[in-house]
Amino acid sequence: MDLWFKIGGAVLLATMFVVILPRAKHMLANSPKGSAQDWIGVLFPILLVVLFVVFLISLV
Amino acid sequence: MIENPVIVDRGQSSALATNKVLRNTYMLLSMTLLFSGLTAGLSMAMQLPFAVYFGSVIGAFALIWLVLPRVANSGAGIAVVFVITGLLGLGLGPLLNYYTALANGSQVITLALGGTGVIFVGLSAYVLTTKKDFSFMGGFLMAGFLVILVAAIANIFFQIPALSLTISSAIILIMSGFILYDTSRIIHGGETNYIMATIGLYLSLYNIFVSLLQILGIFGGDD
Repeated sequence: MDLWFKIGGAVLLATMFVVILPRAKHMLANSPKGSAQDWIGVLFPILLVVLFVVFLISLV
Repeated sequence: MIENPVIVDRGQSSALATNKVLRNTYMLLSMTLLFSGLTAGLSMAMQLPFAVYFGSVIGAFALIWLVLPRVANSGAGIAVVFVITGLLGLGLGPLLNYYTALANGSQVITLALGGTGVIFVGLSAYVLTTKKDFSFMGGFLMAGFLVILVAAIANIFFQIPALSLTISSAIILIMSGFILYDTSRIIHGGETNYIMATIGLYLSLYNIFVSLLQILGIFGGDD
C-alpha cells in the first residue's frame, strides 16, 4: 500500500476515534446495565451470526 | 368500559409513532441501498481508481458528522442521506472491481451480499419478534468499536494478515450488535428520527458487507 494511503487511512481512523470517544464515554457512563439474562439474549443471535459466517466461509 | 381513555390513547399514539418510524426507516433504507447499488455499478463501469474508495469514505463521514445532525429534522436530511449513501456506493466500485478480477470473485461478492442480507433480516426479525430491549449494549458496543479502530490503525502499518482477519470478524460482530441495538431503540421509542435510524443501520450493513468481502476473499484464496 502506498505510504500516503497508509498515512491518510491512519489519520481518518484516528479522527473517527477522537470524534467517537466523548460519545463512547458518555454511553459507557449512562447506559443501563444489562442482567445476565439480557446478555444471554444477545449471545444467542451473535452465536448464530458466527455460525452463519463459518458456513459462508465453507462455501468459498 | 374504557377506564382511562387518555392513557389508552397515549399508548396507541406511541405505538403508531413507533410503527411509523420503523416503516419510514425501512423504506428509506431500501431506497438508499438501491441507490448505493446504482452508484457502485456506475463506479465499476467507469473503472474508478482505488483512491475513490478512500475519498468517498472521507466525504461520507464528513457529511455524517458535520452536516447530517444539523439537517436530520428537515427534508434536506433525506437528500443528505442519499448523498452519503451514494458516495459510499461509489467508493465500493473499485473494491468490487478488485474482487471481480479474482478467480472466484463473483462468488465471493454474491456470498458477501447475500450473507449481509441474511444477517440483517435475521437480527431484525429477532428484535421485532422478541421485543427485547438492547439499550444496555450501547456502552459495550462503542467501547468495542474504539478497540477495533485502534487495532485497525496499528494494522495499517504492521500489515499482519491474522490481525486483518480478526478485525474483520470483530467488525461483523460489533455491527451485528449495532443492528440489535438500533432496531431495539426504534421499537422502544429511543430513536424517533428515521433519517438517523436509517444511516445507523446503513453503516452497519455497509461494514458487514465490506468485512464479509474481506473474510471470504481471504479464505477464497485472496491474499
